[in-house]
Amino acid sequence: MTPAVEFALVAALGYVALLFAVAYWGDRRARIGRTGWLRSPLVYTLSISIYCTSWTFYGAVGSAARSGLEFATIYLGPTLVFVGWWVLLRKLVRIGRTQRITSIADLISSRFGKSEALGALVTLIAVAAATPYIALQLKAVTISYQVIAGVPLDHADFRAGFWVAVAMAAFTILFGTRNVDANERHHGVVAAIALEALVKLFALLAVGAFVVFGLFDGPGALFATAPPGFLQAEEVFGPRWVTLVGLSAAAILCLPRQFQVIVVENEDERHVATASWLFPAYLFLSSLFTLPIAVAGMTLLPSGADPDMYVLTLPLMADAEALALFVFLGGFSSATSMIIVSSIALSTMVSNHIVAPLALRLARERARTSGDVRRLLLTSRRIAIATLILLGFLYFRVSGASDALAAIGLIAFVGVAQFLPSLLGGLYWPQANRRGALWGLTAGFLMWMYTLGLPSLEDGGPLGADTLLHGPFGIALLRPQALFGLDGLDPLVHATFWSLAANALLFIAGSLSREPHPLEWLQARQFVDVFRGGADVGARERTRVQRIATSEELFILAQRILGAEPAQDLFDAFARRQGISAGLPMPTEDLIGDLERRLAGSVGAASARAMMAQVAGGEEVSFDELVSIADETARIMRYSQALERKSDELETAARQLREANAQLREIDRQKDDFLSQVSHEVRTPMTAIRSFSEILRTSPDLDSTQARRFVNIIHDESIRLTRLLDVILDLRVVERGEIPITLEPVDPDAVLDVALETCEGLRGEAPVRVVCGTRAGGARVEADPDRLRQVFINLLSNAVRHNDKDAVEITVKSRVRDGRYEAVIGDNGPGVPAEHRDRVFSIFSATWTKGGHKGAGLGLAISRGIMRRMGGDLTLDAGRPGQGARFRVTLPTTTEEPPP
Amino acid sequence: MATRLLIAEDEPSILESLVFILGREGYDIATARDGDDALSQLRTAPATDLLILDIMLPRRNGFEVLKAVRAEPALSGLPVLMLTAKGQARDRQMAEQMGADAFIAKPFSNQDVVRAVRGLAAP
Repeated sequence: MTPAVEFALVAALGYVALLFAVAYWGDRRARIGRTGWLRSPLVYTLSISIYCTSWTFYGAVGSAARSGLEFATIYLGPTLVFVGWWVLLRKLVRIGRTQRITSIADLISSRFGKSEALGALVTLIAVAAATPYIALQLKAVTISYQVIAGVPLDHADFRAGFWVAVAMAAFTILFGTRNVDANERHHGVVAAIALEALVKLFALLAVGAFVVFGLFDGPGALFATAPPGFLQAEEVFGPRWVTLVGLSAAAILCLPRQFQVIVVENEDERHVATASWLFPAYLFLSSLFTLPIAVAGMTLLPSGADPDMYVLTLPLMADAEALALFVFLGGFSSATSMIIVSSIALSTMVSNHIVAPLALRLARERARTSGDVRRLLLTSRRIAIATLILLGFLYFRVSGASDALAAIGLIAFVGVAQFLPSLLGGLYWPQANRRGALWGLTAGFLMWMYTLGLPSLEDGGPLGADTLLHGPFGIALLRPQALFGLDGLDPLVHATFWSLAANALLFIAGSLSREPHPLEWLQARQFVDVFRGGADVGARERTRVQRIATSEELFILAQRILGAEPAQDLFDAFARRQGISAGLPMPTEDLIGDLERRLAGSVGAASARAMMAQVAGGEEVSFDELVSIADETARIMRYSQALERKSDELETAARQLREANAQLREIDRQKDDFLSQVSHEVRTPMTAIRSFSEILRTSPDLDSTQARRFVNIIHDESIRLTRLLDVILDLRVVERGEIPITLEPVDPDAVLDVALETCEGLRGEAPVRVVCGTRAGGARVEADPDRLRQVFINLLSNAVRHNDKDAVEITVKSRVRDGRYEAVIGDNGPGVPAEHRDRVFSIFSATWTKGGHKGAGLGLAISRGIMRRMGGDLTLDAGRPGQGARFRVTLPTTTEEPPP
Repeated sequence: MATRLLIAEDEPSILESLVFILGREGYDIATARDGDDALSQLRTAPATDLLILDIMLPRRNGFEVLKAVRAEPALSGLPVLMLTAKGQARDRQMAEQMGADAFIAKPFSNQDVVRAVRGLAAP
């Protein structure tokens, strides 16, 4: 025996010591708050790689040698789950964090109404599936030790397995049960298994590189030696292949140890995103050299050699003992990390879902607050760890070295796959309830035991070889491996099909057979709608359902479960929040709710609920209350929608109001201008009248000519005042649309001529020249000739009065176009400034002429009113300022033909 | 030499009454019908002792005339009495700010006008 091989046991012991040191160091760093890279996504991903146990470490090559590409299925399933992490893993991790889930048993129990029975059932199935799996690891360690130590394989040397079991139990008890809060991270353990993940990966890569490049000249040369028919895998995408992919996908979610590392030990949801590509990459690297090693083993090793041990026997054959030792440690790592995490996960489940409910039941009969539950929980976990590992060892001892490694692993996979319907249903189907989960899990478990678990034992175990071959009592239809005549299938596919079919069908049937109870319904909401704020429902529920407890009782309960110091901290924090400086906080619903959540993190939701029920009364949710909560939610949603609509309407109304207000303000300003203008218009004649009448009154010495002249001025100014009042009254009439109009056929140009004649008198002092352009002549319109004349006169007088030129020039044109008579009256005055164009026609507009000349612009508003009443219009042409104003009068013609 | 007034007022009847009542007091009176006219007369005949200025004047309103007067060194000291037909506080404020010496709203009493003119320029 070579020195390196002699050191195999020593190396294994040294390696275990190293794990202890790393775990101790990790825990210590976490305790002083220096978690650093311990909380990195890399460590998270490496810890997930406990999926690759010694079964994959050694067995993948064996599987490749026996069945070609089938080994890849074990990697494909998890890869699919991780690549599609957004769909399922993200939700699972979020629920795990918000609900302080401690294990998959806790998840399923909590989801289906915090059911104690479900928690216990899941725990039972998990233990049943894991025990042979742990045995498998011990067996792998034993065999590999025997191989490396050169002990013949015909008799298993149980000593190695035993001591490994003892070391692992010690390690797990020491580092896995430091704290009763099962929801807390095990930093030391995670650090150790991350290290192991690296060791096993590098061991596989090292032996692979050694085989491909050391024993052969690269992959080409290696595969050239492959036996004929190798990889002619007609099985790919066959039933067994698809089943294996599905099973391994289910296993990565449902295996208690995977749930432990993926959900419970998760520090940060973002780590899942990293793991979604990093973990598949890890799997890829792990499987990179599987085929080359298998081919090399078949080529180089004698035909009787165990393919499951090629990884180890190849380097040994080549006398690469250091490498062989490294590979041994890699396999050892795979086995130990699986044992450690499995036993932690399972012991939590056993203590929380079997021991705690039993203890609570017993305690209920005795004093309510007796005993330290905390110590009971920790002790039960430690015992559970030791027991589980011991059970595994015993199973290994009893079953011996009979089966191929992979078979046991797959049996366990089918076992834990029974959680899948409840898990998926619980996450996505609100109607799924406790009855469905209980029925489905029970049926699936029994079917699994009957079709796969028991037949895998020697001679069918308690079934007996007869039953296995001919069915119970000779009923062929009930043969375990050809149930209901389903013959000729691979036993694994057969068992998977029947167990999952029975499971899923009864799960659905049970769920549909009755309405969910209120608490199940609430939990369903929190799980299914976890991304839609479903977790808030819980908070509301707690505030709705009155639970009464004294602070002392709650404090004692907290001390019993959480420990004295954390309980003190929690209650102090609540007291501070409530403004109480010393003593216990008030036993509010907040406190009760928070405490129950913390208890759930230690003992699982079901036990936490039961414990709280002992001191605070049941978390009873009556259906009426639930309906009222739901109604309230619906009502609030309706209100908020209505409010949203209302606020839209208000916004529209506000905008309309703002617009109306702006209009009103403009009108108000115009009104002010108008009043100011009217005031000016009135004051001017008034001033003259007052002044001259004062002169007449106080000057008796006036000569008669002067006196008569002053009296005449007073008279003229009085008439001016009267006219002004008439205009204002006219304006009111136009305002109300009450201008009396009598339509008759007229020639508008003739009316224009009359207006021009009338305006002769306007010319007065200033010289005014009227330029007549082309005229329509003989157009016929329906109009009131007096009103039309009034409009023309108004325009002509404006042209003169608002003119600042010394030589006033007025242009008059008319024509008939498109069935409308058009007359244009322009002047050479200052024109209308652009900013006043819109205002000249408004009622109150009066001050558009610069320098403000006499005569309110009221005329334009009246004129436009008249034109529109007659079916025509009065508009102001857009023109450049300084070019004078041009007003356009239009009327529809009755005929365009000029009269003969 | 008689005290000389310039009355800038575009409303003929009001102008006539002002000329009559102030002429009776012995003032020498010139008249202008718009703002430009008033300014050019002030510039060409600087011997004016008082300007009576209507606000609503064509071409250049009373405020513009007042501003020009105050800006011209030769005229800046000229006493100015402003007339307005609007009689609003705003006009009065503006007139005071721009340096008018007195302000009379239309319709006025002849006595008030005479008293104000006398206060600014003795005949």
